[in-house]
Amino acid sequence: MSLPLRPRRMAVHGALLLYTLIAIGPILLILLNAFKTRRAIFSDPLGFPDGRSFTLIGFDSVLEKSEFGLYFLNSLTVTVGSLALVVVFGAMAAWALTEYRFRGNTLLALYLAIGIMVPIRLGSVSILRMMVEFDLVNTLTALVLVYVAQGLPLAILILGEFMQQIPRDLRDAARCDGVSEYRIFFSIILPLVRQAIATVAVFTMVPIWNDLWFPLILAPGDGKQTVTLGVQQFIGQYVTDWNAVLASLTLAIAPILVLYVLFSRHLVRGLTAGAVK
Amino acid sequence: MSTIAATEEMAEDLAGRRGWPLHIVVFLAPAVLVYSLFSIYPLIDTIRLSLFTTDEAGLYHFVGLDNFGRLIGDPTWSGPFWNAFRNNLVFFAIHMVVQNGIGLGLAMLLSLPDLAGRNLYRTLIFLPTMLSVVIIGFIWQLMLSPLWGVAETFLGFFGLGGYFGPWLGQETTALATISLISVWQFIGIPMMLIYAALLNIPDDLVDAATVDGAGPFHVFWQVKLPLIVPTLGIVSILTFVANFNAFDLIYAVKGALAGPNFSTDILGTFFYRTFFGYQLQVGNPTMGATVATMMLMIILVGVLIYLFGVQRRLQRHTF
Repeated sequence: MSLPLRPRRMAVHGALLLYTLIAIGPILLILLNAFKTRRAIFSDPLGFPDGRSFTLIGFDSVLEKSEFGLYFLNSLTVTVGSLALVVVFGAMAAWALTEYRFRGNTLLALYLAIGIMVPIRLGSVSILRMMVEFDLVNTLTALVLVYVAQGLPLAILILGEFMQQIPRDLRDAARCDGVSEYRIFFSIILPLVRQAIATVAVFTMVPIWNDLWFPLILAPGDGKQTVTLGVQQFIGQYVTDWNAVLASLTLAIAPILVLYVLFSRHLVRGLTAGAVK
Repeated sequence: MSTIAATEEMAEDLAGRRGWPLHIVVFLAPAVLVYSLFSIYPLIDTIRLSLFTTDEAGLYHFVGLDNFGRLIGDPTWSGPFWNAFRNNLVFFAIHMVVQNGIGLGLAMLLSLPDLAGRNLYRTLIFLPTMLSVVIIGFIWQLMLSPLWGVAETFLGFFGLGGYFGPWLGQETTALATISLISVWQFIGIPMMLIYAALLNIPDDLVDAATVDGAGPFHVFWQVKLPLIVPTLGIVSILTFVANFNAFDLIYAVKGALAGPNFSTDILGTFFYRTFFGYQLQVGNPTMGATVATMMLMIILVGVLIYLFGVQRRLQRHTF
């Protein structure tokens, strides 16, 4: 019985290994060649950089010719700012919707869920008009406002599901002691949903960090570019400088890789939690 | 801003007359305000704008459904629109078949009992999904570039070097190539969702079928697949919404003109060009709003088909 099983297992691993290579091969290829001389990039694209072919010239020219540090700071500001607001506003709304019974509760929950399916991007014409009116074009504030609106629906859904599982006794006891509703939320509930907040954080952060559309429409210049837009503009300009192009791609990939290694657990749990019902 | 006033009025109204405790209003207000102002209002306002046109002086005139008539019937608009729509359908079809097909296959393999290295495979295969579409676009553009020749060298290992072509540059192959790049990036999503659904199938069901003499192949088709149909439905609708809203990849690889000769133009890039303009063409906000409204309707039709057609029928089968 074990004999026919073994080759079958080998075939399974073979297939998975092959696909894993297909998935990460291109990314490894870029990372490898970013550290090689132009000659080595072309003569031996699949080889590792060695003593002779190793160089950081691409990184030097990216940092020199573009304001990569600034783009990075812009992306960080927008992502962290939006994330903080999505988590706080989202948790507050999710708590109100799960904890309190009030007129229009279900209707409001449905209203807030529209944004999960309907992409906010389709409202861009009006969003741009509004931002012009508020004088917010080419500001990071415009991006934060849009990303908060975009991130809230899913955050409210995920946080609400977790909040439903909090046992009633906890807050009932607190209420008997005369603790205010605000303190119950901020001191008891929020710390209890830390896990869910981590999941929401990953789901909110990644699309914001990676987005091209809204930076392109709302903040395309004046040193307000995010990394994604900055890299797009940089590569458009220096398309023939292979060292610089590969280095700029590597710089854009690196932070996400680090985050992914740190947070992949939360992400997987978030993706798979929906089905655990 | 009439919405702010309306929302405030609503909040006051609800807090006062109907006796909403203040803390509920405080908890809900920030989320509801930001969401209404920057998500729902712009969507509604976009639909409103699609019924107007601007003159040289920049004044808005109400024209009813004329813009939609032009988009569908006037050759200068309908040509590009139907072209983008057709391309978008192809883009979606390739995702449905290749992305969701391979995703299902990978999920099946990953869900095999006692598989060593399961988490590592899963984490690595999901990795491209995390990266920016723009970055992925450039990576593949470099790899498929005949200048670098990496793809050609690689195919050469298998004796297939002769089949290499400038796939991103040819009118006949560009759309399929771009679609496959997108498939490569997002395969992790169907894989994860289907994998989770497969893990949730009770072991008893599989055991019972095995005891009855069903082989692994039979178990998959007759027992597991019917049970994960709801998840396949969710995967399909997510793919649909994402595909009919896609833009970044094509803009990064082919620019706003979605060349060669608009062969990779999909609704997202068409919307961008209409609204923002390109080269000598000046942007047209009201026609842009019209295209966005059409996209909104296409997405809504898809979601409604899913909600009322697919999901309702599925509920009978869930346990």
